[in-house]
Amino acid sequence: MLITIKYFGQIAEVTQKEEESLEFSGVLISELLEHIYSKYNALKNEGFQIAQNQELVSLETKLSGKEIALLPPFAGG
Amino acid sequence: MTNKKIKNVFRQGAISSEFIGDSIAKHQTKTSIGAHNIFLGQVRADIIDNKTVSAIEYTAYEDMANAKFHDIRETAFEKFELTCMHIYHSLGTVKAGEICLFVFVSSPRRKVVFEALEFIVEAVKADVPVFGKEIFEDESHQWKVNK
Repeated sequence: MLITIKYFGQIAEVTQKEEESLEFSGVLISELLEHIYSKYNALKNEGFQIAQNQELVSLETKLSGKEIALLPPFAGG
Repeated sequence: MTNKKIKNVFRQGAISSEFIGDSIAKHQTKTSIGAHNIFLGQVRADIIDNKTVSAIEYTAYEDMANAKFHDIRETAFEKFELTCMHIYHSLGTVKAGEICLFVFVSSPRRKVVFEALEFIVEAVKADVPVFGKEIFEDESHQWKVNK
């Protein structure tokens, strides 16, 4: 499936882009994350949460094809 | 007086004292209100390793952030007897000393607004995907993390 991934804050500094779409055949968020790590090894040093379709998800969540976002620590207010 | 439509909470740049003053003035027609409470988040000139923060540049996952602000708003109206509430958050550059968050709650009675305001501000800090790049005077930066 075609998956859009958004990167924010210090995560976008590592990936050097704020968004990308890629064709991915895996099933779980964890598999997608491994794929992302293989592209951007330095992300392993960053702390972040993952959202799918604008809701935080765990590594065991199934990919739905909806938008994925890598969210570094929140700093609002 | 909840509003099901998701509002855009974000404002470009600092939130001015004129904007805050106007917001207060607009409530003078709502005479069932007996108490307002306001939280203003201000950018602090923290000193880290001898370097002073001169501004914070805010970005956000805007769609998710506005949805989260909406959830916080709905929950606050369920939990507290509020007449109205408003939240505004900055995007882009806000200099040290300027306002980046404005939360405004109103109720017939005072006790409610103290509790509601704390609930809302803590939820905003914990749940909303907003990111802050702390810019130092020498133009280097680090990323802010809410504690």
